[in-house]
Order: sequence, then C-alpha cells, then structure tokens
Amino acid sequence: MGQVVAFLYAIPVLGLLAQLVGYLLDNLQFVAHGAVALAIPIALAGLCGVMCERSGVINICIEGVMLLGAFVGWIMGVVATAILGPGTPLPIFGLTLPLLIALAAALLAGMLLSLLHAWLSISVRVDQIISGTIINIAAAGLTGYLNTLISQLSPQGAGAFQPLSLPDTVVDIPVVGWLLNAVLDQGPIGITAIVLIVVMQILLFRSRWGLRTRAVGEHPKAAETVGIDVIRLRYRNVVLSGAVAALGGAYLSMEITNSFQANMTAGRGFIGLAAMIVGRWTPIGTFGAALLFASSQAISQSIVFTAPSGSLGDLLTIVPAQFYDALPYLVTIVVLAGVIGKSIPPAADGQPYEREAAT
Amino acid sequence: MSRVDSALRRAWELLAIPVLAIFLAFLVGAVVIVLSSGLVGKGFDLGLPLTAYAALIQGSLLTPTGIVETFVQATPLLLAGLGVGLGFKAGLFNIGAQGQFLLGAVGAIWVGTVFEGAPAVVAISAALLAGMVVGGAVGFVPGLLKATSGAHEVVTTIMMNYIALAALSWLVTGPLKLPGSPQPVTASVTSAALPILVGRDGHLGILIGLVAVPLLWFLLYRTTRGFEIRTVGANPDAARYAGMRPRLVTVVVMTLSGLLAGLAGAGNVLGLNHQMTATFSTTVGFDSITVALLGRSNPWGILPAALLFGAMRAGAGLMQIQAGVPAELVDFVQAVILLFLVANSVLRRLFRLRGVTAELGTTETLSRSYGSEGVH
Repeated sequence: MGQVVAFLYAIPVLGLLAQLVGYLLDNLQFVAHGAVALAIPIALAGLCGVMCERSGVINICIEGVMLLGAFVGWIMGVVATAILGPGTPLPIFGLTLPLLIALAAALLAGMLLSLLHAWLSISVRVDQIISGTIINIAAAGLTGYLNTLISQLSPQGAGAFQPLSLPDTVVDIPVVGWLLNAVLDQGPIGITAIVLIVVMQILLFRSRWGLRTRAVGEHPKAAETVGIDVIRLRYRNVVLSGAVAALGGAYLSMEITNSFQANMTAGRGFIGLAAMIVGRWTPIGTFGAALLFASSQAISQSIVFTAPSGSLGDLLTIVPAQFYDALPYLVTIVVLAGVIGKSIPPAADGQPYEREAAT
Repeated sequence: MSRVDSALRRAWELLAIPVLAIFLAFLVGAVVIVLSSGLVGKGFDLGLPLTAYAALIQGSLLTPTGIVETFVQATPLLLAGLGVGLGFKAGLFNIGAQGQFLLGAVGAIWVGTVFEGAPAVVAISAALLAGMVVGGAVGFVPGLLKATSGAHEVVTTIMMNYIALAALSWLVTGPLKLPGSPQPVTASVTSAALPILVGRDGHLGILIGLVAVPLLWFLLYRTTRGFEIRTVGANPDAARYAGMRPRLVTVVVMTLSGLLAGLAGAGNVLGLNHQMTATFSTTVGFDSITVALLGRSNPWGILPAALLFGAMRAGAGLMQIQAGVPAELVDFVQAVILLFLVANSVLRRLFRLRGVTAELGTTETLSRSYGSEGVH
C-alpha cells in the first residue's frame, strides 16, 4: 500500500495532484470545518443578494448592511450586558439574554438599513448601484465613527455564541464523521445559515412567494397584470434580505469573535455577491460557490498550520499566500467573463418599476 | 442687467441642490455628534457640533497650512474623481479607483527606486508614467471584459480592488521589500520624490491635478472623441447606429479612468509618503465616486467637489483632537451629502424648489446590464 502511494506521488505533474488529494484527506477535518465556517458569512451575503435580485432589485450594499449588523450586534450586547448583567449561559450554544437581545437588534438594524435601500431604489427610483454605494459608505463611516468613540470606554461585551460541540463518537464515525463535524460543529447562526440556504432553495422554486418573486424579477409588468403587487413584494424582499445580511454580520462579531473592528466584514458582502453570480442566483448554488471560495482560504490556512511534505510542499511554499487571498476574486472574474458558462441575471434586475397608470 | 439676472438664475439652478444637500448633511452630522456624545456618557452636548465644525474649518481653511493641506488632500480625490466622472460620462461605473490608485502608487515607487540617482526630471517622469501605465492596465482589464463578454464593470472592478490589495501585499512583502527591514515596506524614493512647491507638503502633484481639469474638460466637450464618449454614455444604441464604436469607447474610457486613478496614486505617494507599506490605507476609492457624483461628472464641477472633500479630510484631524469627534464622521457626512443629492426629487418637493436642474443625468444607463450580457 505504502509503495503504491509512493509510486503515485512520484509521477510528474499528476503526482502533485495525488499528493494534494492525499494531503487534503489527511487534513480533511481541519480543512472541511474551516471551509464551512468561512463560507457561512459569504453564503448569507449571497442569499441576501439572491432575495433582492430575484425580485429585480440590485443590492450592492450587502457589505454595508453586514457591517452595521456586526456593529449593532456587538454594541447592543455591550448595552444589554451593562443593564441586565452578563447572565448565566444556557448549556446549548452558550445562549444568554443579552446575546439574544443583541442579535435581535442586529437583525432589526439590517432591516432598517435595507429599508433605506428599498425606498431609494424602488420609490425614489435612484440608480440602484449608486444607492447601494451610498449605503456602503454611510455604514462604514457611521460604524467607524461610533467604534472609535466607544472603544475609548473599553466596553464590556456580551461574549459570543458557542459552537455545538459534537461528542467524539460522532466525529469518529467513518466516512461521514468529518462532514457532520464540519456542518454541525457551528454556533446557532452558522447552523441557521445552513438551514436557511436549504429552506430558501425550496421556497424560491416551490412556493407561491418564490414564484411571485421570480415573476417580478423577470417580467414585472406581466406579474402586475395577474394581480401581484410588484412594489410591495420588492419592498418585502429587500427588507427581509437585510435581516439575512445582518445575520452574516452578527456571525462575525458574535459567533466567531466577540468584538467589533472597523470594516471587519472586509469585502465579504462583495464576495457574497460574486458567489451569487457564480451560483447563478440560486441559494444552493450560492452556497456552493461560497464553499469553493472559502476552501481556497481554508486550504491556505491549513498549509500554514501543517505544511505538506515532499514536492507538493516545495511547490506550495513558492506560491505566495496572497495568491490564495486573491483566488475567489479571480474565479469570479473568470466566471463573469463567460469562460465557465454564462451566468444570466433575472431579466428585470436593476430596473425600477413604474405602474402603467403613473406614466 | 438681464444678463446678470440670467447668470444668477443659472447659478441658482445649478447650485441650489448641491448647497442644500451639503448643508443638510452637516445638520445630520450635528445630530449624530449630539446623540453619540450622549451615548458615551458625556450628557447630550448641544455645543459639541459647533466646536467640532469650528475645528474642521480652522484646520482646513483658516490658516495657510490648513489651505495647503486642503489642496494636498484634494489632489488625489480630484484626479481619481476625474477618472470616475469620465466613466460616468460614458455610462460606466468605475468602482475600481481604489485598486487602480494602490497599484499605480506601487508601480510609481517601483520605477522610482529603479531610477534612484537619475536626474529628478527623468526619475519623476518615469515614476509618474509608471503609475499611469499600471493604473491604466488595472482599468483596461474590466473595460476589455465588458466590451468582449459583457461582464459588468461594477462587479469586475470591485473584484479587481481585492486582487490589487493582495498584489500590493505580495509586492511589498516580497519582491519590493526593503532588504533588512523588519516591517513590510518598500525602499524610499528620493530622486523621484515630487518637489515641494509651497508650505510643508504642498507638492507638484497639486499642479498636475489642477492642469488635468481643463484638459479633461477639453477632451469631453471640445473634441470628437469627447462627443463620442458622451453619446455612448447617453445612448449606446443610438451611438452605434450613428457609426460610433461603443465597445472601443468602453475599453478606452475604462483605461483612461484607471490611468487617472493610477496617476492620483503615483502623485500622492511620490509627493507625500515616498514609499509604500503593505497596509497602505486610503479612502480614495469611495471618495472619488462621491466627488464625481457631487460634481455631476463635469470636470469644472469635480474641482470644487474635490476641494470640499479635501478640506473635510484636512480639517478632520484637528476636529478629532480639539472636539474629540472621530475623523470618520467625515465619511458619514459625505455619504449623507450623496444621499440628499440622489434623492433630490424628494428635496425639491420638500423645499418647493422650482426650475432647479437637479438630475444627475449621467448614471441612467448604469444598472441596465448588470451581471452579464452587455447592451451592445
């Protein structure tokens, strides 16, 4: 057996691939868990994009909404802890009352900021990309301003949600143990995100709401003639999508860390948008693309953690770490350029709707 | 008499909305300052906005140093804003000024270090040229992709920003790293450093920025190419029927736009920092969009817009020191200015402004072809 592996690894070029597979198998648990954890905020951002764009509203302010969600989740945790005390965490997820209040506040803030985008792009009919850009700048400015102001007080935060640690017997199940561990060894927001992806996929293609959303995104006039209120449906989708993006922000400041830094979303809103495009405007596809983007990062982390040996190790140490950082963006550009098949947006994406009678 | 009258009316028509938007945005900023002063437990300090804005004005307009600093801060915004505005004129939204700026700056430093020891004229020209070429190349890629495959520049330029960030980090920690330095920084340029013309750091770049304004205006409004650009922006289909080449215009304009942002980066780093760090941070990317929108994409409008935001940046430091109001307030106020500007239909209804031309005019074709499949 060992001889077969050694032989495989020695083949030129293909051997490198074999070594990579071997390395990944050895570090499967670490890489898979890291990839899922890194993919969650990207997937939530992409899901926010899917909800908006399927109904015909371009949303490039996901980044800003996430950032506000992250900030409000953290700061309301501080406020709630100051008023209520830290509270005793429940055995599951480390839930405390301040944490739950903070999460609710984060979602609400995300919905409010999305309402602004909805109003600007649906009612005022401002160019939707301009509107999104403004909201991104405003969110970065406001959270940066308040963060600088508040950090002077060195506030006491509400801590973070805890992952659902699986017992070793489950993790050690052959073949599927690593998968269960990767998906389920997450906090409440992470698990909600995975459930949400599946639920939204079903809703979008199998429910009345989904049919209406897609109709409004493809041909709003036709949708209106069969009695769908285009304006109301778009408002509802955009506002609800704000909660999804804010959940992604809260994941960053309340689940994988317990603090807020200026611009901590670091472009995840935009990568989410890219994941949405690569995933062709479907929730599952978006999650898949998010996983793809995240695994390049997870593998690069793993390489830093335990460098592979042999000729693969030599090759990977030549490739600069920054290459892996840039990989998701390169993939997106390649996909957009149509190299890996076309990705076609909803037909009415970005076009404000005006009723016949109003013109 | 009637000529003065009509000139006044014209000024009112042009300026009413921007001035109102700026005034209202500072009002919103004041509300935020008061509310946040209550949040950090100083009690709601109603005088704080006045103290803060007084420091902002003092730091930017009331002293010679402040005025020079205003111009220094305004110059990169002006050059990058001209680039973004040029894009808007052709119906293209270049969100990639950030990446073009950063890589332009690295390119300038790289060539600057190569030409170390050469006569200043040679070194400076070579370094500035390198900044323009690199910035132009970073803009060319999204332009080419849009023209050939219809990949929307909004997404590709944002992606390019992150690729640029990774490339910057790689270059400064790797090939361009100053040997023996503990921190990831490049070597400093001296031959290619822009000469200081006025004050402590009023460098040559300011002049370059000011010269670019009439040049760009001439290109847009007095040449056939400029007419072609504006026609493609207004209606690409009509432009094509008239025998113009929307695809070519897309590529050329994106390249020029990137070139201007690259020049902004080169000028800024050759004039001020003289070296690059891996974490070089700037807000030029978004600020230049704000400047272009406030200036309605017209070079003569972008100049005062850049000076306004330059002044805000120049005074923000003093505001933070004297009033304890974090400098990030400036970013927020900028966004609110834009908000009122684009929601001008609401402003006009609210304040009963009649006969005021307020449409941004240039951005209507932007969202049409987002995602994939171009219009042409």
